[in-house]
Amino acid sequence: MKARVFVTLKPGVLDAQGKAIHHALEGLGFAGVNDVRQGKLIELDLADGTSTAQIEDMCRKLLANTVIENFRVETA
Amino acid sequence: MKAAVIVFPGSNCDRDLATAFEKVTGQLTAMVWHRETTLPEGIDVIGVPGGFSYGDYLRSGAMAARSPIMRAVANAAAQGRMVIGICNGFQVLTEAGLLPGALLRNEGIKFVGRDVALTVANSQTTFTSRYDSGEGVTFPVAHHDGRYTADAATLDRLEGEGRIALRYAEEVNGSERQIAGIVNDAGNVIGMMPHPERAIEDAHGRTDGLRMFEGLLAAA
Repeated sequence: MKARVFVTLKPGVLDAQGKAIHHALEGLGFAGVNDVRQGKLIELDLADGTSTAQIEDMCRKLLANTVIENFRVETA
Repeated sequence: MKAAVIVFPGSNCDRDLATAFEKVTGQLTAMVWHRETTLPEGIDVIGVPGGFSYGDYLRSGAMAARSPIMRAVANAAAQGRMVIGICNGFQVLTEAGLLPGALLRNEGIKFVGRDVALTVANSQTTFTSRYDSGEGVTFPVAHHDGRYTADAATLDRLEGEGRIALRYAEEVNGSERQIAGIVNDAGNVIGMMPHPERAIEDAHGRTDGLRMFEGLLAAA
């Protein structure tokens, strides 16, 4: 089975890289970009039957730093 | 005083930190590879050095914080041993949960490598006892991910409990409340982005950092 883990900075945590990307988009002439937040996508290839609880445990213990980041798990 | 320095793949300030310890202890520093599960007997102070452990993969310090040796470091810290994390070492200690908060990409995006002016915010910590509160010192910094962040309640608690040991006296990386170094609630673990071990000899251009190590010697 496959799982996708999306890791994003919590709202309110300044995303310096997102801001730089935002400025670069404006520099390329793209108008109307209000904000940019950068995150991570981690793709996991897992043994069938791995539970969502186990994946969330992976997120809390390593994949995300819950001091500053949120995570979301999608399984397929 | 017996000191140990943890070495991760990608550490690059481990020798400098070992030399700084040796300068005050007169004894050889134990170098402990990250795959070890125990520390040598009788260690008083553990240094977690700067560098780019594991190439900063995932998050700076994230992989190193999960190394086998870090369990031994956490146990030693719980027993009251002194732990000093510098630069990447500070990132490792926050990722390991030994210090609160996190270190994010510098606000100005760029890597900052230069001497910076700091203020000793609290001279009552084990690590800053040889300085005066409010004293200005200059240490080099060399980091990309040095912006200290924590929630407002944590920042208030750090401030209220005198756990901010060092502050930047100039704008460096956008850290909350100019925080450059903090101690844990028990007072035996410190993390800081600036490098005191790079300011201990005349050949370094300044010796402001030496008193931090002398303070450890007095406390051990």
